[in-house]
Amino acid sequence: MSEEQIKNLEKQFEERIARDEKIEPKDWMPEKYRQTHIRQMSQHAHSEIVGMLPEGNWITRAPSLRRKVALLAKVQDEAGHGLYLYSATETLGISRDELYEQLHTGKAKYSSIFNYPTLTWADMGAIGWLVDGAAIINQVPLCSTSYGPYARAMIRVCKEESFHQRQGYEIMIKLANGTPEQKEMAQDALNRWWWPSLMMLGPTDAESIHTEQSMKWKLKRKSNDELRQQFIDQTVPQADLIGLTIPDPNLKWNEERQSYDFGEIDWDEFWQVVKGHGPMNKERMKARVGAWERGEWVRDAAMAYAEKQQDRKEKQVV
Amino acid sequence: MKENLYNYILQIADNSLILGQRMGELCGHGPSLETDIACTNISLDLFGQVRSYYQYAAKIAADGRTEDDIAMLRKERDYLNILLVEQPNTDFGYTMARQFLFDVYHLLFLKELEKSKDLILSAIATKSIKEVTYHQRFSSDWIKRLGDGTEESHERIQNAINDLWTYTDELFRLSEVDEEMLEEGVAVDISKLKNGYYQKVSDVLEEATLTVPESKYFQKGGKQGIHTEHMGYLLADLQYMQRAYPNMEW
Repeated sequence: MSEEQIKNLEKQFEERIARDEKIEPKDWMPEKYRQTHIRQMSQHAHSEIVGMLPEGNWITRAPSLRRKVALLAKVQDEAGHGLYLYSATETLGISRDELYEQLHTGKAKYSSIFNYPTLTWADMGAIGWLVDGAAIINQVPLCSTSYGPYARAMIRVCKEESFHQRQGYEIMIKLANGTPEQKEMAQDALNRWWWPSLMMLGPTDAESIHTEQSMKWKLKRKSNDELRQQFIDQTVPQADLIGLTIPDPNLKWNEERQSYDFGEIDWDEFWQVVKGHGPMNKERMKARVGAWERGEWVRDAAMAYAEKQQDRKEKQVV
Repeated sequence: MKENLYNYILQIADNSLILGQRMGELCGHGPSLETDIACTNISLDLFGQVRSYYQYAAKIAADGRTEDDIAMLRKERDYLNILLVEQPNTDFGYTMARQFLFDVYHLLFLKELEKSKDLILSAIATKSIKEVTYHQRFSSDWIKRLGDGTEESHERIQNAINDLWTYTDELFRLSEVDEEMLEEGVAVDISKLKNGYYQKVSDVLEEATLTVPESKYFQKGGKQGIHTEHMGYLLADLQYMQRAYPNMEW
């Protein structure tokens, strides 16, 4: 293809996106579009899978049968999200095994929030309320992103995430209205998860390298700072309502902006965790790689069995 | 209180509780996403059944105890599950072998429990049969895949079956409670399930190119509350919150 032809295709491609048409797997797309989507979608899938670990940590210790069932169902939903996000990513011409390889070697990233430990039952509430809350703010705009398989996967993901968020908040309500010990547990969880949740919305606009291109492709509709403000404005009244205190002495309602002003985020901590040196980065990877390696003989067996079955079928036909 | 009925319910429900807890341990650590989802599903089904049974038991006890008190605040000696279900997730082979050896029993048992004179137990059985039919299909399929897969998987699953075989005979041993409730037309005569069980298990093992163990040495005690050393640790997790923060609502 000549350079001019490619330019022409690119132009048509950008126009389709501008008209809000969906790009489908068999359509022509610029290589950069494909790579960017593989990166973002797989990062998202990996986040679902690694995200199963901090909550999975409390399944065996959930305080009641009702809570245990709800937590199991939630973590199972995350596995389901991972599954269809991986499938959606595979439509871009990369295999699930390759994607796992990228995760296990550290080439691919996942959401840094999952590198924090879950220390008490209240963390199950805080994660649902704050982490899923921030995730929804990040993800709702993706329901109308330009790549068809991603947009369709996200519609389903978002529905389930908002259910999880309500469930998490409900855990917090129960604790906040419980005994002093329970309330303390809830406040402690909020203290530990608040700042990492704010970091989930990404680096400040000045530091964000992908924003402009992502806006054009509708992978993004608002900047990180706008999303963060939205999250804070939405969450502070929820904390007030149940009598918990946001751990930020500089948090203050700004009448003029009709928004909350808030304190400085510790970006050194953010980058430390992103670069692999958070409290749980090594353990999370060890758990994922360990499960994969321990499962190898099982996957091999399933493959061998399927091949034998296929051979037998073919022989029967002959 | 109808003590025999109460204990009979626990005897059934504790199996689902302890196996559900074991399957829950694996969530996020399975050999593939698909098996992870399936194992979590089995765990969810079992806990769903557990809740129905314990809610019924709580009603029978009528002393203010809730389903959670019954599930989480007994002493080890008061748990009446069979030894098989408390065995650990040594590897995926043990997990599937344990599941399979229990599922075959569970399905036969529920199909009889459906005929119980006790209408609530009968209704729980009807609902559970659908779920356990799927469990049995899932675990049987894996026995076949692992048995007739690679050399390594064949050896691993054979070892798991051999090791867990010793816990199968207990499935068919009538406890005093079983006998009392049998007289009232409530209980299942589990001794009569034995032949059908070993037939079904042998069929699947043979199809999986595995050897049916011939050992005649069996372990028992779970139904009398005498467990293996694994049980204490399992309960330490299960009971942790209720023990550390007593008398609270969650």
